Amino acid sequence: MIRGQQIPEELGRYALLGVALLYLVGLVAMPLVVVFVEAFANGIGSYVRALLDPYALAAMRLTLLTAAVVVPLNLVFGVAAAWAIAKFEFRGKNVLITTIDLPFAVSPVISGLIYVLMFGAQGWFGPWLLAHGVHIIFAVPGIVLATTFVTVPFVARELIPLMQTQGNDEELTALSLGASGWQTFRLVTLPNIRWGLLYGVLLCNARAMGEFGAVSVVSGHIRGQTNTLPLHIEILHSEYNYVGAFASASILALLALVTLVAKTLLERRHPELRAGVTPRA
Amino acid sequence: MNSPAARRAAASLAASAFGTLLGSLVLVGCSKPAAVSASASARPVTLLNVSYDPTRELYEAVNKAFAAEWLATTGAQVTINQSHGGSGKQARAIIDGLQADVATLGLAYDLIELNRRAQLIPPDWATRLPNNSAPYTSTIVFLVRKGNPKNLRDWGDLIRPGVQVITPNPKSSGGARWNYLAAWAWALKQPGGDDATAKDFVHRLYKNVPVLDSGARGATVTFVDRGIGDVLLAWENEALLARQQLGLDKIDIVLPSLSILAEPPVTVVDKVVDRRGTRKLAEAYLAFLYTKQGQEIIAHNFYRPRDAEIAAKYASQFPPLKLVTIDDTFGGWEKAQATHFDDGGSFDQIYGQ
Repeated sequence: MIRGQQIPEELGRYALLGVALLYLVGLVAMPLVVVFVEAFANGIGSYVRALLDPYALAAMRLTLLTAAVVVPLNLVFGVAAAWAIAKFEFRGKNVLITTIDLPFAVSPVISGLIYVLMFGAQGWFGPWLLAHGVHIIFAVPGIVLATTFVTVPFVARELIPLMQTQGNDEELTALSLGASGWQTFRLVTLPNIRWGLLYGVLLCNARAMGEFGAVSVVSGHIRGQTNTLPLHIEILHSEYNYVGAFASASILALLALVTLVAKTLLERRHPELRAGVTPRA
Repeated sequence: MNSPAARRAAASLAASAFGTLLGSLVLVGCSKPAAVSASASARPVTLLNVSYDPTRELYEAVNKAFAAEWLATTGAQVTINQSHGGSGKQARAIIDGLQADVATLGLAYDLIELNRRAQLIPPDWATRLPNNSAPYTSTIVFLVRKGNPKNLRDWGDLIRPGVQVITPNPKSSGGARWNYLAAWAWALKQPGGDDATAKDFVHRLYKNVPVLDSGARGATVTFVDRGIGDVLLAWENEALLARQQLGLDKIDIVLPSLSILAEPPVTVVDKVVDRRGTRKLAEAYLAFLYTKQGQEIIAHNFYRPRDAEIAAKYASQFPPLKLVTIDDTFGGWEKAQATHFDDGGSFDQIYGQ
């Protein structure tokens, strides 16, 4: 009787596991393998040549530059916003939380178009900017702006629940013992949130390097100037340059894999970071 | 899990993550001085050519030849940057502030928009260069699967049930607008044809279109790579290029009984070149397209050249075809645009019905 019940239960478990595995292999693992197979289709020589192409290098540089500006910006903003929301009570708190979530809610195309409407030649500030020789749209600043907008929620959304669960008892104790505000943050708050912070930064970085839609709208697609790695990949693909496209794609995929491995190791070390406390990305 | 080893691993991970960030900052830092030193020595002049979708290979060749020519005659280095996309989308970007020194788009209407919406070029732009400012022409042909399994010979075959037609969105793609008008013109020239029968024909044709890409190149990729559709309505140059790139064993080109003469125009964007001080260079660049050397590159990249001598040399590549023009059949681009492609025009009426 007991054995009879156990066997179907185990069968069910394996069936579920099998479906999940098949699904992941078919939808995630296989395409990833295809990227690398296609990238090396003509041998390692043409793979390396494709990556050393001046346009490919320019695209990588721009992608790294964008991430290097966007991630620290959102790191500072994310900590400040999470701090304010988790530790203080104030009017408009819900409005702030909703605003932080906004970039997740709107399509990236809209995120790009709002900047065209603001800074484009026909937009609100466009004519003035043009008259003063300042280029935002179809130039690097526009790409950074659009990417920043899209990645605003990652750090903040990661920290808010973490800081809320921790409460402010420890900070209050530190302050009452005579610590300054900066000392309290550095010695009490930061150690408590550092893993969550790192996790948020990793997610933010991954998205900043991979963003396509919003960047595509504000880029202008000038080769060697305003093409990020994802845009460059699309261009190469539509030029029938499959080795080049997939070689660049493999770089992005590698960056993503590094991020994922880092994330997995972090989760193993800190189970409290697992789904449930993570942002709704 | 909480062993010292795991703790060390996590710590080194954190360090490497921040290391990556730092590394990228350093990389960015390094790139700056390099650019500065380059500009200090030669002060390179740059030109931005904003073009439509299928001209990537053409302008890559033109830019290389022109840069060599410019260096030989003036001793100055010039770098020509390229941006490609659907013709309408590119015009929109120039209007929104993309700093194009020259615009080389898919059809005259998109240049008319540059004049009308933002006064970036004068109204008489078309007469500033020979041949309506179009240094090359092309037309619309059919690209079909090898052996033409559905036996698609002419426009009339495209509305048969079960035939899937691939063409981009005429709202954003210049090529798609030529496709649309070529189909319309064919129906118009059939016995008993008038605007009503033409509209009905095009309506039935678009019922066979499963997906609208935003540009000609996207549509080619849909048809060739993703294997969707039985026939691609394509620029002749795009069809010849696809056949060259993919080999003769995959696709065939079919010439319909009648098509349309496409004149992709070029212009200097006056407001931009005057601000940047690049007018002389931009004008020389466009003039180069009309030289024997430029025309040869044009023919070599599957565009029909204007120069009679070069055209004769490449005659076998460009079989004669019965062509209507936008002015004869549709009363010019402004009228065609208003009638067919503006909001509420014939395309809006038939598509989504």
